Amino acid sequence: MSDPATTRVEITAEGSNLSRPAELWMTRDLLLILAGRDIKLRYRQTVLGAAWVVVQPLLAAAIFAFIFGRVARLPSEGVPYFVFAFTGFVLWNFISQVITRVTASLVGNAHLVSKVFFPRLVLPLASALSSLLDLAVASCMLGALLVLSRQPLSPEILLAPLWILVALAFALGTGLIAAALVVSYRDVQHVLPVALQLLLFISPVAYATTAIPSGTDSWYSLNPLVGVVEGFRASLLASPPPTLSSAAYAIVATLALVLLGVVAFTRMERQFADVI
Amino acid sequence: MSSESAVSLDQVSKYYRIRRAEAASAPLGHVLRRRTGPRLARAKTEELAALEDVSFEVARGEALGIIGRNGAGKSTLLKVLSRITPPSTGRVVLSGRVGSLLEVGTGFHPELTGRENIFLSGAILGMRRREIGHRFDAIVEFAETTRFLETPVKRYSSGMYVRLAFAVAAHLDSEILIVDEVLAVGDAQFQRKCLAAMGEVRRDGRTVLFVSHNMAAIEYLCPRTLYIEGGRVSFDGPTGSALAAYSGAKGRTGAQTAVGVFERVEELGSTLSGYRVKRVRLGSDDGLQDIFRPGSPMHIAVDGDGLTNTDDVEVGFRIRSASGVSVAGVRAVMRAPSPRPKAPAAATGDVTFSIARLPLNPGAYSLDVGLNDRRTDAELDLAEHVATFEVLASDVYESGYRPTDSEGPVFLDFSWFARSGG
Repeated sequence: MSDPATTRVEITAEGSNLSRPAELWMTRDLLLILAGRDIKLRYRQTVLGAAWVVVQPLLAAAIFAFIFGRVARLPSEGVPYFVFAFTGFVLWNFISQVITRVTASLVGNAHLVSKVFFPRLVLPLASALSSLLDLAVASCMLGALLVLSRQPLSPEILLAPLWILVALAFALGTGLIAAALVVSYRDVQHVLPVALQLLLFISPVAYATTAIPSGTDSWYSLNPLVGVVEGFRASLLASPPPTLSSAAYAIVATLALVLLGVVAFTRMERQFADVI
Repeated sequence: MSSESAVSLDQVSKYYRIRRAEAASAPLGHVLRRRTGPRLARAKTEELAALEDVSFEVARGEALGIIGRNGAGKSTLLKVLSRITPPSTGRVVLSGRVGSLLEVGTGFHPELTGRENIFLSGAILGMRRREIGHRFDAIVEFAETTRFLETPVKRYSSGMYVRLAFAVAAHLDSEILIVDEVLAVGDAQFQRKCLAAMGEVRRDGRTVLFVSHNMAAIEYLCPRTLYIEGGRVSFDGPTGSALAAYSGAKGRTGAQTAVGVFERVEELGSTLSGYRVKRVRLGSDDGLQDIFRPGSPMHIAVDGDGLTNTDDVEVGFRIRSASGVSVAGVRAVMRAPSPRPKAPAAATGDVTFSIARLPLNPGAYSLDVGLNDRRTDAELDLAEHVATFEVLASDVYESGYRPTDSEGPVFLDFSWFARSGG
């Protein structure tokens, strides 16, 4: 790495001669340190400190359970509503956090983007990485809830990490496109909360898919998160799993999305410092 | 593009497309214009060339200074070299790991502690975690902040903050170091320390590209300097000459119209007092000239409005070295007038100064001429850098030894002897 002969960089308007994956790999330490920074900063100078990681999702889930379970009485496939909703909510919370943080990762670090070079992909990746901590904490709480409410565990629980990975890819793909756009068009920042709310309502987080009127379900299943949320929940609870086609569609659509995200991001990447 | 050069630029240009004011004011204007087609869009934007056709090479282990006015393109050049922004055309080749320091404290976060910021900033500047850990003690020692390692840097004094930030950068282990105006911060003692650290980088055989407004620092670090003006390389060569070109172009108030003749350039609002320097001529005993030798005679003739009213106004001048440092200066009030000028007719003016033996070593110099009210001492007019001249090396001691500017700007007419032995 310190051998001058091996680090000959040629820069033109089209790009450099170095391969992106190799450069990204070289900056893996930066990735970890930035993710660590995001986590530290989130809870510094708060009274409860890291306890917020636990308290925040609990509060949110309680509100959720009250509104949708008690007031709206949404169906939950025979599973206690709080357990049903909290399971979906853990995954949804992760998805929405990753999308939000990844979207803000470039603009929030504008001072770095305009003053120093590193593969720009490090910033959104570090944001996504830092959200894994929140997910880990929420997962522990979910595990405790499942044990306390005596939910029968099946070997399908091994599929849960796979669905988390698909959820991460979905959120990362969406976030990368939004992050690249927000550099030029801050409008995205205003659209995003509304779009996330819409996405939440068209995903089976607070209700089971059986609540969807049969005439609209072909439109409804265009959302890849339907398969993702259903799959995740079915791996943990005794709720019906997604159909094979729904699961396959979720995975293929998500892969396409993350690919699109990376391509869009890297194509716009070189102009970030000039526009941000 | 030899294999020896660490940095090589081949016809590099950088254009920024800026939107005109009226187009930018309409919120949807940008989007709408895209729909109406490229021809309309082009009419509403202007291209601004921040860098134009810049080519140069820096050899491995060389220290290159880069000077120029604000907005001349220095920062854009460094951003292109640091890969922060791509060139619009042309090619840059960097052989070696690049560390760039375009600001003090890149990546520092006020909420994080000194220790956390060392790792964060180090990683952002391109160091591996292991490397930072390896140099951690040296960084802390350099910054003199051992006691405050666990304190958030927002509680640091600005001096401590700058010291820690520079300390991280000073321990970057890159073959090519790109540094922008970072010595402008910190106290004098710390500035010296930074300068010494950068000198060490050079002695290690690493390549340094150094932008600064601190001419003394440029002179100290860099034998060769690039002078950038309007996005172009205006001068590329020995630092002394680059500094001369820069100080000559910067704030210059006189234009040379003939050998040794400098006419004052008109400026707004400069004739209010009614006293004004209009022309400065330089000459030797033989006539007008702008090249002198150490110890040779020099005459400075000043013409202007109201200068002959010597009861009301007094004339003074100051000689500046290439780096802009004042070397010597006199004012008429210091001495009673001589009965008649010793200068040749070509070099006498409303007021003429005569220097019997010019006490300057070889180099480029410039001249400020000023007018003051004789009673109140108020400044009536000041023509900065109104004239420039050069002093050439010569066998002034008649020993075969030609003094250079490395001895300093002042030429000493000296004698010496040794007690005879035995």
